[in-house]
Amino acid sequence: MKRFTCDELAEHLTAYLEDALDRPARDGVRAHLACCEGCERYFEQFRVTIGALGDPPPEKLPADVRARLLSAFRERRRL
Amino acid sequence: MSVRPEGAIVGSVAGGELPPDDVVVTALRAGDEAMFAALLDTWSGGMLRVARSYVSTDHSAEEVVQDTWLAVIGGIDAFESRSSVKTWIYRILVNTAKKRGVRESRTLPWSSFEQDRAAGRDLDGVPWKAFAEAWPTPESEALASEVRGLIAEGLARLPPRQRTVITLRDVEGCTSEEVCEILEISAANQRVLLHRARTAVRGWLADYFESVKQPE
Ligand SMILES: [Zn+2]
Repeated sequence: MKRFTCDELAEHLTAYLEDALDRPARDGVRAHLACCEGCERYFEQFRVTIGALGDPPPEKLPADVRARLLSAFRERRRL
Repeated sequence: MSVRPEGAIVGSVAGGELPPDDVVVTALRAGDEAMFAALLDTWSGGMLRVARSYVSTDHSAEEVVQDTWLAVIGGIDAFESRSSVKTWIYRILVNTAKKRGVRESRTLPWSSFEQDRAAGRDLDGVPWKAFAEAWPTPESEALASEVRGLIAEGLARLPPRQRTVITLRDVEGCTSEEVCEILEISAANQRVLLHRARTAVRGWLADYFESVKQPE
């Protein structure tokens, strides 16, 4: 099992979440998180951050652009 | 010119999930307007967000998305399913946006990895543990919407490549494989850019939660 300092751990979180670590490193991350309160909290915040990113303000095409595209699609059928 | 009556396919689209690619492609080729509208409404929002990481104004981003859809309309007959429809469309989007970005002389330093490293350097050596305090649960709608606004604003300040990657991955929910294919970057490169971007966003949220903390 690999041992990580707190700083190293923080650098490996995305790789950990992507399941891109080898077994010793993955076990090392798990072991560190299990016994380091600061890193556990940091990891939780990291996940909260990712969750918040996935909840963006709604966004849509202006109605005139949408209408223009639909009519372009309709036009295509005539060709 | 009559539009095909709404059938089972469109029903499943209305439920939020698009049908499998072969069904989508067949429908588009047959001129199924409801399917095109469903695609348009499902993906245009995300496409606008990704376009914004390349161009400087809302108007430009809208034009990029519009030009992308026009290219999709023109190219659907020639589409070969070597990639997914989504990856195909996003690649057209990114190429269109890049060209546009160049015209606006906001060229992306895709070749220069060092630029993003330099921009992210102030993150190194941050005593992050000092900030790793418990965050309040953003249960109130007001707090949640502040956080949303904060993130949207923050993304605009990220180095462009980090912004594009985090937008595709965490905002739009693409897989890492999709992002690598869309941007033609390696998995390792994708991961570094994503990690730097996430670290920066977490830092802003931490600052924000610190600033709204009730004095004890
Ligand atoms: Zn630790």
